[in-house]
Amino acid sequence: MTAILELRAVKAFYGQSEVLHGIDLAVEEAGMTVLLGANGAGKTTTLRAICGMVRTEGEIRFGERRLERCTTEQIAGFGVAHVPEGRGTFTGLTVEENLRIGGYTAGRPDEKMRLMYGYFPILAQRRRQQAGALSGGEQQMLAIARALMMSPRLLVLDEPSFGLAPRVVEAIFTIVEQIKREQRVSVLLVEQNASLALEMADRAYLLETGYVVTSGTAKVLADDPQIRRSYLGY
Amino acid sequence: MHQLLQQIFSGLAAGAVYASLALALVMIYRATDLVNFAQGEMAMFSTYIAWTLVNAELPFWAAFVITLAVSFVGGMLIERIVIRPVENAPILTMVVVTIGLLLIFNATAGWLYSYTLQEFPSPFPDRTLFGALMTTRDVGVIAVTLVMLVALFCFFRFTATGLAMRAAAQNPESARLCGVRVGRMLALGWGFAAAIGAVAGIMVAPVLFLDPNMMSGVLLYAFTGALLGGITSPVGAVVGGLIVGVTENLVGTYLIASQLKLTVALILIIIVLVFRPNGLFGTALVRRV
Repeated sequence: MTAILELRAVKAFYGQSEVLHGIDLAVEEAGMTVLLGANGAGKTTTLRAICGMVRTEGEIRFGERRLERCTTEQIAGFGVAHVPEGRGTFTGLTVEENLRIGGYTAGRPDEKMRLMYGYFPILAQRRRQQAGALSGGEQQMLAIARALMMSPRLLVLDEPSFGLAPRVVEAIFTIVEQIKREQRVSVLLVEQNASLALEMADRAYLLETGYVVTSGTAKVLADDPQIRRSYLGY
Repeated sequence: MHQLLQQIFSGLAAGAVYASLALALVMIYRATDLVNFAQGEMAMFSTYIAWTLVNAELPFWAAFVITLAVSFVGGMLIERIVIRPVENAPILTMVVVTIGLLLIFNATAGWLYSYTLQEFPSPFPDRTLFGALMTTRDVGVIAVTLVMLVALFCFFRFTATGLAMRAAAQNPESARLCGVRVGRMLALGWGFAAAIGAVAGIMVAPVLFLDPNMMSGVLLYAFTGALLGGITSPVGAVVGGLIVGVTENLVGTYLIASQLKLTVALILIIIVLVFRPNGLFGTALVRRV
């Protein structure tokens, strides 16, 4: 398998302070990688580092390209679709306008919008509503649909389950898995719900205070006694 | 009754100018959270450009279009050269920068064109309509403003770039993640604001006569209009500007000497800030602390 995304010895900084201390990480082509770890471990920072939103050192390779020196806009244009923490909803725009913004660089918005309405029928019903009026789950669906409008090669999801009811989370993950299969998009996922994430992912990394402490196939990590105790609760 | 209608109508014409400038203020405020104190002087400078072109024997509407284009590019350049470097600076720094711009434009205009009043040609014939109820000039000013507003509305509502500008103003980080070049959108916003201001300046110059301090009063009315409408709302800016124009005209005619008209704007500002700080159409700013 070839990696679509590869991080080598990546450090990240907020101002002067170093918050990632040399991370190695890979996402396989058409695979799903999950980052686990407690609050403040550096999961979100890792995602922000990939998209050029924090100052970094080290090597970030996406396909043939190097991302370290690129702007966030350029990285999005290369096909990295990042659904940020808090979903990044344009609350004052309608659902349809949110989707159009996603398709801003990639073109063919109408065709892709139909595809998204197929995956998320609820968004079709609410297409003319202000996105801010949607429920949390609907906003998360909108955020994922908006990201997919970019026809990405890599989908980056930052805690899609945050603040949602378990049933909604499961529905969203089912669709994400279906989309990943059908659109052959690779996924990099940050998730607090470790058992669900490990079930879906093929690779996993455990972060602690800016270091990768354990990594391997999701299966191996799910059986690791320490991870079971700390993150799976059994 | 006839006089009242007359005054309301000429108030609307003045209000249309305030509405345009208020709209320019709101555009920049929405994109950068910044009140551009130089907006009036930028408009004044644009008007001098139009005046130079008209004096060079260009037809009025050709001069009008060229001035708009020059102002648009000029506005973008100001964003790139002056505003960009202080983009992430504290708000007071940015306010001081815009006040600096105000002084620079004022002084440059005075230096180039002197501080004497210049007559500015009106593109509309000076005739009265409907039994002296309104003048063709008033109708012309209102019509030009309306055309501009409709054009802007269509741009923001129906084009991809307009949508990207709205998205960039609302959530810059998320817009970047969607591949929208936010910096370019901000520059475009300044360009639009400068061009809208140019329209306001050209429309008001035949009445006020052209001099480097022409827009200081107009800017105050425009602030009032923007604040009354809710500083974040483009529709509010237009409605607020019109209300201010009519109020100022009526109060100046019936209640107080017209030399005191500017006080109306100041009183309105205080009333809005005390009783309805979000204005008529603005949304409350809620910050989690």
